[in-house]
Amino acid sequence: MTDSERILTVLNLKTYFGTPEGIVRAVDDVSFHLDRGEVLALVGESGCGKSVTAHSILGLIKAPPAKVAGRIVFGGQDLIGLPEREYRQVRGKQISMIFQEPMSAFDPLYTVGQQLMEVAKAHMPWEESEARERIIDTLKSIHIPEPEKRYDEYPHEMSGGMLQRIMIAMALITSPDIIIADEPTTALDVTIQAQVLNLMQNLQSSYRGSIIFITHDLGTVAEIADRVHVMYAGKIVEKASVVELFDNPLHPYTSGLLTSRVRREYKGQDLPYIEGYVPRAYEFPEGCRFHPRCPKAMEKCKAARPPGFEPAPDHTVACWLFEEGEGR
Amino acid sequence: MEGTTARIIRSFRKHKLGVFGLVVLAVLYLVILFAGFIAPYDFTQSHRNFVYAPSSKIRFVDENGKWRGPFICAMKKSRDPVTYQVVFAEDTSSVVPIKLFVRGEEYKVWGLLKTNLHLFGVEELPDRAMLLLFGADRFGRDLFSRVVVGGQVSMTVGLLGTFLSVFIGAIVGSLSGYYGGWVDVLIQRFIELLRSFPRIPLWLALAVTLPPSWPSTWVYFGIVTVLSLIGWMGVARVMRGMALSLREKEFVLAARVTGVPSMKIITRHLIPNTLSYLVVVSTLSIPGMILGESAISFLGLGIKEPMTSWGLLLKQAQSLSELESHPWLMIPGIFIMIAVLSYNFVGDALRDAVDPYRTVDKV
Repeated sequence: MTDSERILTVLNLKTYFGTPEGIVRAVDDVSFHLDRGEVLALVGESGCGKSVTAHSILGLIKAPPAKVAGRIVFGGQDLIGLPEREYRQVRGKQISMIFQEPMSAFDPLYTVGQQLMEVAKAHMPWEESEARERIIDTLKSIHIPEPEKRYDEYPHEMSGGMLQRIMIAMALITSPDIIIADEPTTALDVTIQAQVLNLMQNLQSSYRGSIIFITHDLGTVAEIADRVHVMYAGKIVEKASVVELFDNPLHPYTSGLLTSRVRREYKGQDLPYIEGYVPRAYEFPEGCRFHPRCPKAMEKCKAARPPGFEPAPDHTVACWLFEEGEGR
Repeated sequence: MEGTTARIIRSFRKHKLGVFGLVVLAVLYLVILFAGFIAPYDFTQSHRNFVYAPSSKIRFVDENGKWRGPFICAMKKSRDPVTYQVVFAEDTSSVVPIKLFVRGEEYKVWGLLKTNLHLFGVEELPDRAMLLLFGADRFGRDLFSRVVVGGQVSMTVGLLGTFLSVFIGAIVGSLSGYYGGWVDVLIQRFIELLRSFPRIPLWLALAVTLPPSWPSTWVYFGIVTVLSLIGWMGVARVMRGMALSLREKEFVLAARVTGVPSMKIITRHLIPNTLSYLVVVSTLSIPGMILGESAISFLGLGIKEPMTSWGLLLKQAQSLSELESHPWLMIPGIFIMIAVLSYNFVGDALRDAVDPYRTVDKV
C-alpha cells in the first residue's frame, strides 16, 4: 500500500459546534488518509461523528456557528478555507456523495433524468444530447433495467433500491476521485442491501476512484472495505485493515462492537451489548472518552487521553492497554 | 404528476361552495374585461337631469295592458313644494324599450378602439330617459356603469398586489430560512418591526407618499405596491418555516454536494416545492388586498377621480343622511362582499384540495 497514490489526507480535523449547551466537539482531532482505489470504512455508533467528518470534507458545515480546523489535503490543496466558488468545483465534480435516504435525496418535482442532467451540466462540458446519452450509459453500467424509460420517471415511481442505485449513478457521472457513501444501505431492506453492496463491489473493480464508506454495520464493512477506521465520540479509536480488525480487534470498543452482532451462537440468549450510550457531545468525559463504558478501564484512562499506539504494523489503536511494554 | 393534478381537480369539484365561488369570479372577471361594452353609459359622463335618480323600474306591460317587452318610462324631475327636495316621477305614458346592442355614449375598448356599441341600453337621449339599474350618483352618472368599471380596479388590484407580495414573500422568506444565522435574524426582526405598526395608519402613511400629481394609472400601480409592501410579511414567515424544513431534506443537501449555487437551489428546489402552499395563500390573501384597496380609497387616499373603484364609490355613501335618501349608493359594497366571499370559498376549496394529508377523499 506504500507505493499507491495518496489522494486525500485529513490531518487533525476538528469540527466544533457552538450550541447553547456548550461547545460540541463532534469531530475532535481526527487524522486519516485515503489512497487511490481503496475503500475506507468509517464505523461507529450513531452520533460518533462519522457523518460530520464526511460533511467537513465536503465543506458542507456552515462556517459560523460551526468551526472547522485542521487540514484536509486533496489534490495538493487544503480544502479548509477554500472559497465557496472554488469549493463548488471540488464538490460533485471530484468528490461526490451517496446519501442514506434515497427517497428524500431526490427532489420529488423533477424526473430523475432532469436531476442527473443538473449534475452533468454543472460539471461536465457536454452538450444536452451527449449528456443524456452518457447518463443513460451510466445507468446501464450499473444494471438499471430500461434506463431510457427510467430517465423520464419521477422519484416516487421507483423503489428505494432503484433510487439508491440511481444515486450511485449520479455520484459516478462526473467520475470523481472520491465517493463518500454515507450509510448507503441503512435505509434499505436486506435483499436490496445485498444488491447495492454487490453493485458497489463491482464498481470497485471498474472504477479508479476511492470510496469512503460510512456505516454502523460491521457486516457490510467486511463485505466491501479494504481498511477500517473505528470512530467513537468524535475520535478514531482504531485503524486497521479489514482482515486484521476482524481477526484481532484491539480496542475494547471494537471488540464490543464485534461481539454485539447477531450470531447464531446467541440463539436463545440475550444478545451481548456495550453498556451505556455514546455520551452527549458536549459532555464527553475526561481522559479516554470510552472509559465509563469500558470493561477494562484503568485509573489512567480517567486522567489522560490515550495517543495512538501501533502494536502491530498498520494497526493503530488509541487505548492505554497497548502502551509500550504492556501486553494485550 | 398528472395523477396529482387530476386528484386536486376532483377534490376541488367536490367542494360545492368553491365551485360556486369560481363561477362567480369567472363572471366578474368577464364583466370587467368587457366593462365598457357591458356598461350602458360612459362612467364619467354626468347627466344633469338624473342627479341622484333612483334605479329605473323595468316594465313589460304598458298602461293600456299591452305587452311591450322590457321597457322603462321617461322620468320627470320636479321639486317637492314643501321640502324643495328633488323628486322623480315616471311618465307612465311613455315607452322607452330596452334593446340589445344599442349605440350610445362613446368609449374605448381596452384603450385602443373607439366605439359606441353597448350590450344593452335605451336608444333615448339621456336627458329624457336613462336606464339606471342601480340608480345614479350626485352627478347623474349611472352607478351600474361605474360599478362595472370600478371592478376593473378592485378586482385586479388584488391579483396584482397578491402576485407581487407573494413573490417578495417567497424570495425573502426562503432566503431567510435557507441561509439561517444572522440573515435570518435580520429578516425576521425586520418583519416583526413592520408587523408591529398598526396596519391602517401604515397604509395611509404609504399612500400619502404617492404624489397627487400622478396620473390615475400610476396611482393605481402605486396602490398595488403599497398593498404588497405590507402583505408580503405573512407569506415570508411561513415560507421561512418551509425553507427551514426543506433545506434539511437530503435532496437539498445533494444539490449542494453536487455544487449547485445557493440561489439556484432556492429557485429550483425550495420555491417549487412550496408552490401548492403559495397558490393557496395567494387565493386567500386576494380578499385582504381587495378590502385594503377599498379601505384606502374609501378614506380618500387611494384611487382618484376620474378613475373609480368600489372603495371610491362607497366613499359617496359615507354620510348617514346621504345613505338615507339614496340607499343605492351602498351597492358597490355588495360587490366587494361578493368578490371577497368568492375568493374565500375558492381559497378554502383549493386549500383542502391540494392538502396531501387530507386522506378522506384521496382514493
